[in-house]
Parts: sequence; structure tokens; C-alpha cells
Amino acid sequence: MIELEQVSYSYGEGELLSDISISLSAGSFHFLTGPSGAGKTTFLKLCYGELLPSAGYVRLFDRDVRSLTRDDVAEMRRRIGVVHQDCQFLDHLPIADNIALPLTVAGHSVRDDQSDLTELMSWVGLRSRAYALPPELSGGERQRAALARAVIMSPDVILADEPTGNLDWEMSQRLLQLLVELNKMGKTVVIATHDLALIRAAKSQVQARVLRIANRHLTVGADL
Amino acid sequence: MAQRFQLSHVMDFIIGDAQAERAVPPTGFTARLTLFAATVMAFLAVFALALSVSAGRLSERWSAELAQSATLRISAPVGQMQAQTDAAMRVLETTPGIASARLLTDDEQRALLEPWFGPDVPLESLPIPQLIEIVEADIGFDAEGLRLRLVAEAPGAVLDDHTRWRKPLAAAAARLWFLGWLSIVLIFAVMGAMITLAANAALAANAKVISVMRLVGALDSYIASAFVRRFTLRTITGAAIGMVLGVAVVLVLPAADSQGGFLSDLGFAGAGWLWPLVIPIAAGLVAFLATRSAANSTLKELR
Repeated sequence: MIELEQVSYSYGEGELLSDISISLSAGSFHFLTGPSGAGKTTFLKLCYGELLPSAGYVRLFDRDVRSLTRDDVAEMRRRIGVVHQDCQFLDHLPIADNIALPLTVAGHSVRDDQSDLTELMSWVGLRSRAYALPPELSGGERQRAALARAVIMSPDVILADEPTGNLDWEMSQRLLQLLVELNKMGKTVVIATHDLALIRAAKSQVQARVLRIANRHLTVGADL
Repeated sequence: MAQRFQLSHVMDFIIGDAQAERAVPPTGFTARLTLFAATVMAFLAVFALALSVSAGRLSERWSAELAQSATLRISAPVGQMQAQTDAAMRVLETTPGIASARLLTDDEQRALLEPWFGPDVPLESLPIPQLIEIVEADIGFDAEGLRLRLVAEAPGAVLDDHTRWRKPLAAAAARLWFLGWLSIVLIFAVMGAMITLAANAALAANAKVISVMRLVGALDSYIASAFVRRFTLRTITGAAIGMVLGVAVVLVLPAADSQGGFLSDLGFAGAGWLWPLVIPIAAGLVAFLATRSAANSTLKELR
């Protein structure tokens, strides 16, 4: 599904990631850990084509990212849902419209998909907050809304960058459960986090692999 | 079929995508700048167009009026004047390409001199040359051949086929016509530059919106269309307002009369009043191209 082969990435003259090779297969669940600034976000950006590798190959759904046109990249992103730590909402739109944004830009009529949207908002517990603007939501609500937006197109892969960074333990657990549910539906899930308690909590719920980035290299840990 | 296809695209563009429109918030100052620039430029374009159209019309009129006539002036001693006039008339009557030739009466000659000497000019006491008005047939006449014949038959006759008047008049009118169109091109170039600036400002103000839309899978064409449509419609609206104001001012300009000359003839005539309708359409085209170019270059900087 997503393959990185001997990938290196440099910002200017400094190399952030070096010689990384990994394959994220369909239906797998991964935690990506490492100290702050180690390159977790960069790794995720390579996985959805926002960054191109300085060396090596990144293949998304069997296609080299370098061969993708800009429209191909856009199409690819409809198959990869991304949850950012800062959520990246359009603050002037109600949260329901933000969640439906991937449908809108793909040319779907939100009216036609209204029942799916309502169901999705219920699933993440935001049905009563549909008309609230993003700044009016709490940190947990924003993260759940970001997850809802990431999955509304039913993508094959979900990449979450520190999705529980601003959440309390209870809310983190709830978000983790949502991601585990998605994985059980066959989605590939990658969660970048430095929250070891979250990883330990997942142990009883899902079979996951832990990837660790440190000193520019990626090491694959044992399955949980 | 192809026409219907294109028409549907135009209709889609005008109607727009309400959901896409909502995703991009309007930026107040760029909207006002675009509207203002389009209004002012369209207002100016109306005058440039009026100048160009009037110059073209004037050039045609002058050329037509002067090209179809010529004047024969006979300057001779008093004793020979009648004989040379008769000889010249005989030559003219037998020259192919001349429809008619007639002597100007004393009253007509007096009227020609009146602006300089007043109404009571004593024509009979002045050595005034005799003028003969020549009207050309459609095929025209051989002016050089006629001159040669007149030298032999009426040596005091001088043929003026108006070439020396026509050439500078036509050149002046052509320069005015060119200046009018050059002004229109410059006006639309400035309009395009201002819209590009406004579009770039709007794109910069919406950098986060664009980034989020790319993140969730929006195609460049989808993102660009929201900006392009907005700026194009704003420009057409502004240009339509400017065009109406410009036409209203042209309408109240003094009407053409024989005393006013060119300045009072500035404006449109007949179907020429439809010309200003082209201005909002051309402005919309300029806005479409300028905004699309600005949007595409901004989007290319993002992955």
C-alpha cells in the first residue's frame, strides 16, 4: 500500500531521515514513536506525498511519487486520510462542512451524502455540534472532527500525527478506539505519538507494530 | 454539439459551485479593489473607444467627401479669363471619368471668402480666380493626363484634386484611430495587472484555505476556479458599471455640428452604440486569464 525504499530526506544540508525502508501493508496498524524533532511528521508527509524524498523511493499504491502529477497527488490524498496535530480546519466553516470538505472537493453533493455525514458525526460524538465553528470546539472535539474528516472518503490508509497530543486520557482512549475500529474495517492505520501509555493501552485492543525514529534511522520494534 | 458543450461550461462557470464558493471566504479589500479598478478602466475605455470609432468614421467621411471631387482654379488676366474658362470647360466635358463640372457662381465664391473678408466683399473689383467644381464618376479620372491637356488648352488653370488635403487628414485620422486602440490595449493591460495584484493578495490571504483544500484532495482546477469565477464576475460587474457611466457621459457630449468639427463629433453612431458592450466582456476575459495565471503560479508552489 505504502512503501518506502532506502528513503532519505534532507532539509537544506541537514539530513533528517536516512536510508529508511518499510512497507505499510493493507490492514496493518503501526505506532510511530521517537523524540520530538526526530522526523515523525516528515515521515508521514512522505507517506502522503506532501514531501518528496531526497533519495530512495516512495511508492503509494504501487506508484512512484515522483511520477505523480499534481492531479494524481490530489487523487491519491482521497485514498489517504490525514489527521494533523493542529487539525487544519477552515475556521469560517461550521464543523459539519469541514468534515464534509473532502466530499465537496471531490465533487460529491453533501446533500446526497447527508445521512452518511450525520452517521459519521454521531460515530465521533459530534452530531450536536454540527453547526459550531472550529474555534468553538474543545481540543478533543477538534481531534475527533479531524478524524471524521480523514475517514469520510473511506480511505485505505489513515495517518494520524499526534492525534492525542492535546487530549486527556479518557479522550485519548476514545480516539484510539475509533482508530482501532477503523483498522478492523480493513484500514491501514499509522499513529505518530510519543505517548507510550497510549501504545501500551492499545496492546489489548489491536495487533500493532511499533516503528521508532531516532538518529535519522527507523527501527521496527516487536509487535504488541 | 461542440457549441452546446462549451455553452454548458460557460453556464456552469456563471452558476458556480456553491459549496466551493463557501470554502473560500471573500477578502473584502481585494473585492473592492477589483470592482473599483474595473469600473474606472471601463469608464476610460469607453472614451478611448469613442475616440477610435469617431476617428475612423471621420477618416472615412473626409476621404469619401474629398475623394469624389476636385477643383479647377483659373488665374488669368481679365481679358483672357473667359476664353480660358471656356477652354477648360470643354476639356473637362471631354475627359473620361468626370461626371460633371460647373462654374462656381459669384455668390458661392463670395461665401467662400466671407470668413476672411466679411459679407460685403467686392468680388468684381478683386482679381479673384474662377473656380470650377469637378465631380468624379465612380471610375475616377486621370489627373496627370488632365493637367497636361490643360497646360495646352488653358495655361492659367490649376487642378487641385485634394490629394494634398486628403493625405494629412487621413494620416491624422489614422493616428487618432491608432491612439484610441493603443489606449484601449493599455487600459486593459493595466486592468489585468491590477486584477493580478488583487488576485495574488487574495490567494496569499487564503494560503491556509488552499493548503487545507490540497490536503483533502482538491484538484488545482477546483481551487483555482473558486478564485477565477469570483474575480471574473466582479470585474464584469465593475466594467458594466463603468461602461454605463462612460456611455452616459458620451451621450451628454455636445452633438456634432458644422462649427464644432472633430471635438463635437466624439461618440458613437447608429449600431456603433453597441461597441461599448464589448468592454465588460473583454474585461471579464482579461480577469479570467489574469486570475487563472495568478492562481496557477501560486498553486504550483504547493505540493
